[in-house]
Order: sequence, then C-alpha cells, then structure tokens
Amino acid sequence: MTTTKSSRSDVSSGVRANPVWRWVLYAVMVVLAVFFVFPLVYMLVSSFKADQQVLANSDSLKAFLPQPFVGFENYTDAIDRAHFPRVFMNSVIISGFIVGLGLVVNSLFGYALARLRFRGKKLILAMVIALIIIPFEALAVPLLYMGAEVGWLDTYQIQILPFIANPLFIFLFYTFFLGIPKSLEEAARIDGASPMKVFWKVVAPLAKPAYATVAILGFLFSWGQYLWPTMVTRGIDVRPLPVGIGVFKTQPPVANGDIMAYTVMMTLPLLILFLIFQRQFVQGVASSGVKG
Amino acid sequence: MTAVDSTRTTAGPGPPQPQKRGEADRAENRVAWLFLAPAGILLLVFIVVPFALAVGFSFTNQRLISPLPTKFIGLDNYFGQLTDGMFWKSLWNNTRFAVFVVPFQTAFALFLAVLVNQKIKGRVVFRTIFFTPVTVVMAAAATIWVLLFNADGLVNAGLELITFGHFSPDWLNSTVWAMPAVVIVSIWQGVGFQMIILLAALQDVPGELYEAASIDGASTWEQFMNVTLPGIRNQLIFVLTITTILAMRLFDQPMLMPTSPGGPLDSTRTAMVHMVDIGYSRQNIGRGSAIAVIFFVIVLVLTLIQRRFLREEGEV
Repeated sequence: MTTTKSSRSDVSSGVRANPVWRWVLYAVMVVLAVFFVFPLVYMLVSSFKADQQVLANSDSLKAFLPQPFVGFENYTDAIDRAHFPRVFMNSVIISGFIVGLGLVVNSLFGYALARLRFRGKKLILAMVIALIIIPFEALAVPLLYMGAEVGWLDTYQIQILPFIANPLFIFLFYTFFLGIPKSLEEAARIDGASPMKVFWKVVAPLAKPAYATVAILGFLFSWGQYLWPTMVTRGIDVRPLPVGIGVFKTQPPVANGDIMAYTVMMTLPLLILFLIFQRQFVQGVASSGVKG
Repeated sequence: MTAVDSTRTTAGPGPPQPQKRGEADRAENRVAWLFLAPAGILLLVFIVVPFALAVGFSFTNQRLISPLPTKFIGLDNYFGQLTDGMFWKSLWNNTRFAVFVVPFQTAFALFLAVLVNQKIKGRVVFRTIFFTPVTVVMAAAATIWVLLFNADGLVNAGLELITFGHFSPDWLNSTVWAMPAVVIVSIWQGVGFQMIILLAALQDVPGELYEAASIDGASTWEQFMNVTLPGIRNQLIFVLTITTILAMRLFDQPMLMPTSPGGPLDSTRTAMVHMVDIGYSRQNIGRGSAIAVIFFVIVLVLTLIQRRFLREEGEV
C-alpha cells in the first residue's frame, strides 16, 4: 500500500497528523452528540412549557425554546398528580436495599468462592455460573405465584428480596478477589485475625473498585425496573418511579408538560450521580464485559 | 451441610498434617458456609425454586387464582404455544427487532468506541455525551421519544425538512413503523453501554501490534481489520450475545411506547409482552410458565453458541 513516512504510526496518531481528518472527526462527533443529547434537551425545555405547547411547538426549532415559560408549574402539577415524593421514596427504598444488601451478601459469597476452602466449591461455582444464564423474565410468573401465596403483593419486600443476591455480581466479586495478592490476607491471619475480620479490614477496602462497579450496575438495573413492579404492585403505595409514570397515561387529560417534568425528576438523580462519578461509571460498565 | 468428615476430598495442596490441619479445615469450612449462606439462601429461594416451579407449572393447568384444583396436563401448554399464532407472531417480532438491533447497535457501538479512542482533545466530553442516555431509565426514554415520534412531533418535523414533506409516518400508530421506532429508542438508550465495553477492549490491544502492522505497510483500514478486530474478538462476541439476549427480553419499550401495549395490531408484541399477558393479565400461570421455559431454552442456546465461539478462540 502507499505508505508514506508520516503515516507510519499507529492509527490514532495518524489522525492527529492530518488536520483535515481531525475536523471531519469532530464534525462526525458533533452530529452524533446532537443525536444523543437532543431528546434530553427537548425533555428539559418542554418541562417548562405550557402543556399544549409541547407538541404544538414541535414543528420548528421553537421546540428548544421554553416559551411560553410557565416556571415550575408543571413540576408542582406532576408532584401532586403522580404523588411524586411518595413514588420517588419508594424507588429510593427499593434500590437502596437491593444495592446495599446486595453488596454485602454478594461480596461475602464471592470471597468464599475465591479464597476459603470448603467442600463442594467447584460445584457451587459451576452453579453460580449456570444461574447467570437464567433471565429474570423466565422466573417472573412463578415468582408472582409465590408472592401471591404468601400475601406479599403490593409490598416492598417482594420488590427487594428477589434481587439482592445476584449471580452476575457474585461472579464479578469472585474474579476481582482472585486477582488480589494473597500475602496481605495471610499476614493478617498469622496475626490471628478471624476470617471475618480479615475480610472487612483487609480485603473489602482493597476491593473498593469492585464494590463501586457492582453498586453502579445494581443501581442502573434496579432504578429502571419496569416489568416486575408492573406485575406485583397495584396502587401507588409501593410503586417505583418507572411504573408511577403510568398515571399520566390512564387519567386524562394528557398533560405533556407534566409528563416531561416527571421524567426530568426521575432522570435527574441518576444523571447527576453519573456526572459526578463518571469515571467510576465508565470503569464499572467496562469491567462488566471484561470476562467476555 | 456444615458436617465434615475426616476424609475430605477437597484438593488442598501441601503435606497432610493430620490433627491440627483437620481441625483448621473444619473451622474454615464452617466459616465458608457462613459467608455463603446469606446470598446462597436468597439464590435458592428466588432463582432455583421459581425456576423449578416454572418447569413444574408448565406441565399443569395452574392458575393464579382458581377454584379448580391443579391438574397435570402433560405437554398441552407447549403444544398450545406451538399452535398459537400469537406466540409465533411475538417470536417473529423479537426476531425482527433483533435483526435490526443486533448488527446495527454493535457496529454503531464499535464506531463510537473507535471515535472516542482517538487521541484528540475533548474525547472524554464526547464519551460522556454518548454514554449519557444509558443513565436515562427506559421508562423515561420511552416517554420522551413518544412525544418525539408523535405524528406532529420533532422527528417528523426534521424528516419533512429533509425529504421536502415526502416522508412523515405516524410512527407509533403504524404497524410498519412502530417497530423501527422501538429500535431507534433502544439503540439511543443502550449503545453507550456497549461502546464502553468495546472501548475498554480497544485500549487493551497492545500498541506494538499496530506498530508492527504499520511497519509492514498496512493501511489504517487493514490495521483495523487485521489487528483491532481480532484483538477485541471476545468482547465483540460478548456484546453481540448480550445484545441478542436483550433483544429477546424486549419488554419496556413495546409496553410504553405504542398507544396500546404491544400494538398497533400486535406489531410490537414480543415474547415477554405475550408472556406477561398470558401469565399475568389472564392469570394462566401454566401457560405463562411454558413460555418462560421456551424462552429460557432460547437464551441458553444463544449463550452456548457464544461459549463455543469463545472456546475456539482459546484453542487457536
């Protein structure tokens, strides 16, 4: 091929060497950025608009101007109509317990698999890997039956308990613990620390990246759950945010401004968390695919 | 479960130290089971038992609430599915969705990953922007896009501008265009996740390989085909597989986007929408469980295919 001296470098610096290519690259990235961002801008702007104007303005760039500006009226309406504080707290409680308790039990399990000697270890490891394959959807119907039998429909626990222990997260912890050098633990054990103490004082602090990864993935999954809460909740008492949005569909009038205000309030917490913990988010997601 | 006899078979390296060693092992065994117990019990109750129940129920006429006693009906639920046009239609819809989403979303994710892997200023900003929709939960994303896909919405305004008014379908009320709308929303929301996985893979490809290739005179495109793609093969297979499995699990978008769930005229009714309709709305647990088991088998097959490809890589 036509190799000139200047292009004899790796792919990335090849782009840097050529200013025309660099501008093409920027242009492509800006167009893509618009594709990813415009729905969010539209949501935000619409949430400050009169309900009828949301769609009426959609035929031009007026869609991105908050006119007529109605202040936080849509927000107060959405809060009232959808019982937002209640639904929001439900989501916080459900996701909080799933993630918090999940970190504890999944890391303990992963640690035992990676480090402790016990009978049947290989079998249990194989079973955990097998369980990763079972999609939750395949369990939903019998779980619903079980929940109904014990009278747990419309409760928090039926939305929390099934999701605490997670074979995928156990596996992530397991592989992480395998990679930690044994010497630190051994030193602590020679000093007479119990396995539990070794775990909390030595291993867990070293595993902060693994905890962050699992917390972030767990939070992303649990905050967005829709199928299961649709099946096991009826009133708004224990309903989480994604299901709570249904109020706007089932009760007229269709108030698009309110709906957008609701989605802003539902999205913002995770968006802010993401912008703060960006690096951890990205690393967390990246490590979920590392093992292939 | 914690009982250990002296003839423990676990392969423990090191010389046997009869008395002391045995006691220490017993203690460690006990501790191990303590560590395993909390998650282990939860896994048992909330995955193993329901899965066994799903298999069991699929051979019965179990209903959620029913005065009739539960009866064993053999394979009737399965035959019922196989002869039910709606079941096939829902699988067909999953297939239609997957055929568009899997290749396109994976290629798009790879394209984005390559873009933000370039050593240029501002790449972290772009990476952040491309990833942002992942943090928008699907229920919110679907709600926003319902407005955008309105017949008089922003998407059509843009299309009319580009096509001089020739193309502006009523997306979500059209049996033809509802599924493409679902596809677009899914890609918008999900592609950032795959991008990050592939980006991590790209960064793991050793730089020397590129140097060697360019010394051999390989063009950028040849380097991409012969160094980059083989280097990220495993993650690429991983992304293809999870995207396929997620395509089989498609539920939120067809529930939330069309005016009626799975509509219009069942054109976005997926296997999961169908299962919830039968097992939950119509409370036919036996039938719903049969769909769940069939669904599991499909996912299992997809996963085994992935394993197979990964193993071949290891042997080469």
